[in-house]
Amino acid sequence: MAALKIVRPGLLTTVQDFGRWGFQSRGVPVSGAMDGYSHRLANMLAGNEDDAATLEVTLLGPQIEFDSPARFVVAGAEFKLMLDDAAVPMNAGVEAWPGSCLRFGERMGGARAYVAVSGGIDVPKVLNSRSTHIVSALGGFEGRALRAGDVVPIAAQKGPGGQKAFRALPLPQAGARLRVIAGAGGDRLARKRYVISTRSDRMGYRLEGPPVSTAVRSEMISSAVPTGAIQVPPGGQPILLMADHATVGGYPVVAAVITADLPLAGQLAPGDWVEFAVCSFEAAESALRDRLRALGGGAW
Amino acid sequence: MSDFRVLPLGDACLSVVFEEKIDPAINARCVALAGAVELEARPGIREVVPAYNTVAVYFDPLMLDRRSLASELELLAAVPANAPEYDGPLLEIPVRYGGVSGPDLPAVADFARCSEDDVVKLHSSVVYRVYMLGFLPGFAYLASVDGRIAMPRLDTPRMRVQAGSVGVAGRQTGIYPCDTPGGWRIIGRTGLKTFDAAAPEPFLFKPGQRVKFVAA
Repeated sequence: MAALKIVRPGLLTTVQDFGRWGFQSRGVPVSGAMDGYSHRLANMLAGNEDDAATLEVTLLGPQIEFDSPARFVVAGAEFKLMLDDAAVPMNAGVEAWPGSCLRFGERMGGARAYVAVSGGIDVPKVLNSRSTHIVSALGGFEGRALRAGDVVPIAAQKGPGGQKAFRALPLPQAGARLRVIAGAGGDRLARKRYVISTRSDRMGYRLEGPPVSTAVRSEMISSAVPTGAIQVPPGGQPILLMADHATVGGYPVVAAVITADLPLAGQLAPGDWVEFAVCSFEAAESALRDRLRALGGGAW
Repeated sequence: MSDFRVLPLGDACLSVVFEEKIDPAINARCVALAGAVELEARPGIREVVPAYNTVAVYFDPLMLDRRSLASELELLAAVPANAPEYDGPLLEIPVRYGGVSGPDLPAVADFARCSEDDVVKLHSSVVYRVYMLGFLPGFAYLASVDGRIAMPRLDTPRMRVQAGSVGVAGRQTGIYPCDTPGGWRIIGRTGLKTFDAAAPEPFLFKPGQRVKFVAA
């Protein structure tokens, strides 16, 4: 079977797909690609099915060796890419041959890139998904981030690469303004700038900046919280919940990032700034339609 | 006047919020409402997540109109004023209390000013309710623990709690599904797996279930 050999793992490289939906009522986090847009774009250009898994690369990219002829696509965060001695482009199909090595170099923008290989990363589905949830060691490659020496199987290629018209995600430059649906107290986030703390990961981003006061008392009975929710613990420093967050939370949720802007949030790195702009449901829907159009159609 | 509200959580989730308290009747309404929404199986609904006093409905905002979903949830939530209680069998959990299996049993006994045996009796004599699952796959929040042994969490969580450990945190009790850091007071351990992704039925618990611990 064809496989990728991980020569260097990079900072945090995991197998991800669109997420493990359907088991939150049993405590299973959704996880999945932090930037679902670029993940889909990479799959689409590689000619993969929507449910195929990609490798999510974080900040410092890996070095990956191919053991057989393969076609791959890298989308998302902008990296200098080398296949052996030749520079190769992002957002385009590239042919690799046995023994050739893909090296991620300097990162020019964004935080996370997605490597789709035609056929898809062939780890077993666990609860209907190939996504890695590191905290519970669920799914992905042995439930963990990739290490040097890992041999990651890839499935046989099914179809030719897609060549639909598309636009890559406009990457945040040192920060982004994310649109939110406001909950109680959501207007208190407006016109404030936060910096993403180094204590941030796939579960959530801790935001440093002006504290947010909440009208409600700070410890509540826990209830379900979506990805993109902005929680305010006692102390007032907000937390933006990301893909691996626990299914339930007990802090007030003052706002939630709209679905169309979650990919942008996924492209933010520690040290980047973030601002929140309250928007309407109508604006949120039209933004999501725009994203889908930019991918050439389909459902989210 | 209805005793609940339907609130948005972002653009792809609506939450039905009942009175904010930990109460078996309120939780039973949540479990029943979640079941009713799942039964309707409207295209565009991604999943339904009941908790203590809320039901979150995740949906695709381009497939399902938020306002029509909200009115449907209002109708469904208003109906089962006397929601049928969970009628499945009582789930019995064998537990080895104390010793290496339950390192915090002596502390809980001190807290309750009783013997370790009394703590075991108080913990294993109650029929608990699964109010919700969360924190980790398969982790069930069981309540309500007898007030006498309802010791608060550790000030500093342990770096590692073993899978199967039975803990108490205030009026809640629960079983750690995997080795993980944790701050609950560990009084025993069970050999039952609360989560096994490879099993035909991966989860031991579901919301609304009734559970009893049995000293092994």
